[in-house]
Amino acid sequence: MQYALMIYTEAGHDTELSEDERIAEKAEYETLRDDRRFLGGTRLQPAETATSVRVAGGRTLLTDGPFADTKEVLGGICLVEAANLDEALELAASIPAARHGVVEVRPLAEQR
Amino acid sequence: MLASLAGFLGDLDRAEEAAQDAFAVAAARWPADGVPDHPRAWLVTTARNRAIDRIRRERTLAEKIHLLPAPEATMDEVDDTVIKDERLELIFTCCHPALALEAQVALTLRALGGLETAEIARAFLVSEETMKRRLTRAKAKIRAASIPFAVPDERLLPDRLDAVLAIIYLIYNEGYSGRVDLGAEAIRLGRVLAGLLAGRPEVHGLLALMLIHQARQRARFDGDDLVLLADQDRSLWDGALLAAGRAALDRAVELGGDGPYVLQAAIASLQTRERVDWPRVAGLYRRLVELTGSSVVELNGAVAVAEAGDPAAALRAVDRLDLDDYLYFHSTRGELLRRLGRDDEAAAAYRRALGLATTTPERRFLTRRLEEL
Repeated sequence: MQYALMIYTEAGHDTELSEDERIAEKAEYETLRDDRRFLGGTRLQPAETATSVRVAGGRTLLTDGPFADTKEVLGGICLVEAANLDEALELAASIPAARHGVVEVRPLAEQR
Repeated sequence: MLASLAGFLGDLDRAEEAAQDAFAVAAARWPADGVPDHPRAWLVTTARNRAIDRIRRERTLAEKIHLLPAPEATMDEVDDTVIKDERLELIFTCCHPALALEAQVALTLRALGGLETAEIARAFLVSEETMKRRLTRAKAKIRAASIPFAVPDERLLPDRLDAVLAIIYLIYNEGYSGRVDLGAEAIRLGRVLAGLLAGRPEVHGLLALMLIHQARQRARFDGDDLVLLADQDRSLWDGALLAAGRAALDRAVELGGDGPYVLQAAIASLQTRERVDWPRVAGLYRRLVELTGSSVVELNGAVAVAEAGDPAAALRAVDRLDLDDYLYFHSTRGELLRRLGRDDEAAAAYRRALGLATTTPERRFLTRRLEEL
């Protein structure tokens, strides 16, 4: 089964970390990246850089900012291959952001 | 083609599904591989194979969820060696914390309790339609998200077992608040679990707790009115249930159990003795507070301290608690103040409790207390 792990964090969390904490988190992300179950993923630039797009009546409408105006914003996404939901949940819990934000786990609709 | 499939599969929905599958395979393969010599036979065979695959996959879970019979029935109808006992896997799937709590309760009752959807709906005061949707949604998530049909490994087991016990106790308490059939159902589940996980003390602890409560069920009400433990007619207690509860508690203690259910069962057991050892009950409550950090438990512990002969200390403990919205906080304060001879304050506390009462028996009980002052 393939799952998307969507990482939501509070804006500006990174800047609050000390240098040591940042290095420790980076190492954790690298461990995840090296896991054979990790299929791909990326961090996203801050939500202030987002543009939301809607097409209505043939016109493209643009809004500055992310789709949902919430305290926690989508900060990154990982795709993983896991035997079942329990394994996917365990991988999600190993993401450092799960400790200060939240990781949403969703099965992919089309298994690749 | 549909008819021959439906005959083979005995289910039109499945036959349609299988035919669609076969056409999809044909659409993918025939342009490249060429049309087979007997296209119709090819389609039917492919459809049959697909359907069998699908059924096999679904059987691992969905069918167990629908059709698992009560254990007694299994013994009678089917040889044990033919059907592997997978009730434990089923319990852990139904009580998976990735499912909503209400869905866990409903699935457990449906799959393991063998209750009809309509009965579960009635027990939880929702329409049958709503309950059906709840179950369907839960089963869809189990399939789509691949919630495992397995007993969790040793690392996950303690947490997941806690979740299972919480669900069974939740079901029990639904029954305790007036629907006796759910109480009996929860006890049956507790017995099944104690048989399947015989080495886990908390499982026996929960079973003991439910049995001891259940033994007093008939004495808890006089008509609609709640009867306090001290005033209960002991001849109404069920001796067999009480003995079974104490035996389960002994088993839990032998296994080294000292978790929250074992402690609660031990407290309940002590409270059914002719002379209650209140200092010991208070001691057990102290340990339970350490484990749970619960203010409600602390409140009950204070009652034990008062019963042990120190209502002043009990009142000091109660006054430290932040439970202003809780009826029993005020009624307990009222009772302690009354014992200390502070009747005016006691009356004020009872009136606060009365303001929070939602049921007629509660109101009647508190009004009587007020009048007795």
